[in-house]
Amino acid sequence: MSQIPKEEYILQTTSACPGCSSSLSLRYILKAAGPDTVLVIPASCSSVIQGMYPNTAVNVPVYNIAFAAAASCASGMSAALKRAGRETKVIVYAGDGGTVDIGLQALSGALERETDFLYICFDNEAYGNTGMQRSGSTPLGAITTTTPSGKIHPKKEIDRIVEAHHPPYQATAISAFPIDLFHKVEKALTFRGPSFIHLLAPCPTGWRFPHGKTIEVGRMAVKTATWILWERVHGRLSVSAPSKGPLAKPVPLQDYLGMQGRFKGMDPALLSRLQQDIETHREAILEEAGRA
Amino acid sequence: MYEIRIHSRGGQGGVTAARLIALAAFRDGKHATATPFYGAERRGAPIVAFARINESPIRTYSQVRNPDLVVVLDRTLVPVVDVLRGLKPGGAVLVNSGHAVSLDHMKVHRVDLTGIALDENLIIAGEPVLDTPVLGAIARLGVISLESATKAIAEMFQDPKNVSAAERAYREVVL
Amino acid sequence: MKEIVTANYAVAEAVKQAVPGVIAAYPITPQTEIVERIAQYVARGELACDYIPVESEHSAMAACIGASAAGVRTFTATSSQGLLYMHEMLHWAAGARLPIVMANVNRAVGPPWNVWADHTDALSQRDTGWLQVYVASAQEAYDTTLMAFRIAEDKEVLLPVMVNLDGFLLSHTMQDLETLEPGTFIPALHLPHAIDTAHPAAYAPLTGPNYYFRFRWEMERSMRAARRVITRVEEDFAGRFGRRYGVTEEYRCDDADILVIAMGTLAREAEVAVDMLRAEGTRAGVMRLRWFRPFPRLDLTGREVVVIDRDYSFGFGGVLARSLCSAARTEPFSVIAGLGGQEVTHEDIASFVRERRPGEEFWFGVKGDV
Repeated sequence: MSQIPKEEYILQTTSACPGCSSSLSLRYILKAAGPDTVLVIPASCSSVIQGMYPNTAVNVPVYNIAFAAAASCASGMSAALKRAGRETKVIVYAGDGGTVDIGLQALSGALERETDFLYICFDNEAYGNTGMQRSGSTPLGAITTTTPSGKIHPKKEIDRIVEAHHPPYQATAISAFPIDLFHKVEKALTFRGPSFIHLLAPCPTGWRFPHGKTIEVGRMAVKTATWILWERVHGRLSVSAPSKGPLAKPVPLQDYLGMQGRFKGMDPALLSRLQQDIETHREAILEEAGRA
Repeated sequence: MYEIRIHSRGGQGGVTAARLIALAAFRDGKHATATPFYGAERRGAPIVAFARINESPIRTYSQVRNPDLVVVLDRTLVPVVDVLRGLKPGGAVLVNSGHAVSLDHMKVHRVDLTGIALDENLIIAGEPVLDTPVLGAIARLGVISLESATKAIAEMFQDPKNVSAAERAYREVVL
Repeated sequence: MKEIVTANYAVAEAVKQAVPGVIAAYPITPQTEIVERIAQYVARGELACDYIPVESEHSAMAACIGASAAGVRTFTATSSQGLLYMHEMLHWAAGARLPIVMANVNRAVGPPWNVWADHTDALSQRDTGWLQVYVASAQEAYDTTLMAFRIAEDKEVLLPVMVNLDGFLLSHTMQDLETLEPGTFIPALHLPHAIDTAHPAAYAPLTGPNYYFRFRWEMERSMRAARRVITRVEEDFAGRFGRRYGVTEEYRCDDADILVIAMGTLAREAEVAVDMLRAEGTRAGVMRLRWFRPFPRLDLTGREVVVIDRDYSFGFGGVLARSLCSAARTEPFSVIAGLGGQEVTHEDIASFVRERRPGEEFWFGVKGDV
């Protein structure tokens, strides 16, 4: 296991909210990627976190692009860099909106064409940059500004959609386990072709918890198996260390939901369905991991 | 026309305070507008909000350059932002503070909004609510009537602690 | 009922009272309050409407087209990048002759990212066949949104209407609003070509060169008819509710030697400049253009014209200035100001007038003129 390099690529004074998962994660992502990296960033919290002209808080090139276009932009950029004989890593750093909703077409196309890039979706389960409206990635029952009574549709399973495109490497990660994230990014970058990392990014502003609790909420997501950390190498599943215990014996879901204002007063029918979905997913992963 | 500029950090209620001032002035029978100056939604970043009060309809939309009153909801902004910029000669400054403040050798009005909010248990998501109590302090400066201030607060917020905090701020402003 | 609200809120209120059956929308700064309020109305049962939180703006307009084609009143709202993303579908909505109403909160076009007021977004869509109106207050945003449904749905029009309001300057600024009871002002929608299995038809099939142009002429014919429909609806509104609007709003123009022409809040700011100039002995006036499509017939003879464009068409000029050049046969002093929310005060506007050079173009803030 490699050491975590000391070099920082996220400089101080980003415009992130206090307790932001994204800026924490990006530090580790860039430490793993190193300086010969370009970040492709569609409209998202990261568009603002990097700071306003004429300053930038990111010490690698950042290519900002339109909301729907990150993966297709990266596709072109990756091909061009290769043609120019450069080894520069292309990493898309997109939010859930730019991945699961408006960005889905471009992502699917880039995956199908086996684009050589790493796509990281930092998922704060809403449209953060525009003030926390629902996205396809918002979980069942969550209150957002466009689902004031709680979302009635389930969270879109982007990992299964990506899996259907058979990328060489795919993983889940979370800001609460940054070392795990670091190693997954390192590993992803060793593969030719597309890699996809789905990073859950607990968001104090959107999920309504005190900004000092970001790591605690993240840990609870893992402990309740609401969020399971795993990797797929050429489709083959392996569960990551922090999720091994919770996968077999998860902590009650309410311990996670109760920490967040966005689940307050959740409709019992939605809660029941959410619980069911999480159970089903956990059992499926458990079963597949058992078969391995 | 009376122009107010409010300095705060995202999430502290600076924008809401401007809206409340405009609403109170409106209930006083005046014309009023309130505008934020911010971009994307970001907690903790310095933001500015403006309110204008006038006897006749307000046709100006540009930022307030020469405020009659500057309100600072977060003292930590003072070294970071030029809060006094463009202040009209003889203009007033109101700072959220528990002890005496002097800015550029100017004596400023102060009121411990944070203290009042904590004391009255006016807390949302772990943060003291500043935008409703500040209205009471502004009423004390004669910009809006206390009656309209409390009416505006009651129109926008259900919790009666908001009104009592504002009334307390009205009493506790140190001029 | 009198209250003090943002123009976004005013639009949402008007939409609530127009009672659309389907709203499909996607959030984008600075439009978000409109869609959030509508979501709240629907959640609280205050608006009996299907709110579809689509996954992109292209889909928002596509969904509106589908709903409207079924004969149901629809609405959406967007801004800047979102408007551009639905560009193809804007053409589609107009060509499909659907009376969709959309609020567009004017915002600059990236790159670089900028969320502040700018008219390039809507003006770059001027060829799509949408009617376009630009408002300058929350009250006007409310009134005009109500009128927009009526105008769009008029049998002589049946074209979509875009109501434009300046980002942040209007969308987020609290101003006074008097809501009203529309009563019978907006009659029920009867779309003549709504989908009807009893009378099956193919909608927009492949159409050859011998027919296509006729459809485009029909659109233009309706666009021209819209001029009288707009006047008729505005008259009716004035009669019922006491507030009168027109194709332009004029301030001190009667005896003016110099006209400042602009759209949106800049035109209101210009009124303050005009008062300053008048005090200096300059007979200036403001003509605020409201309806940009259909473009009005204006008589500007005998007056000098200073046009402020909060937009630009690269390789050509300010869209408003160039439009006036050709349509009103005038040689304005074309000022490009306010792009991306650039601050323009009444003092700045007064100086544009004082330093005017007819027939030239001036980019405010840029050293060295064009």
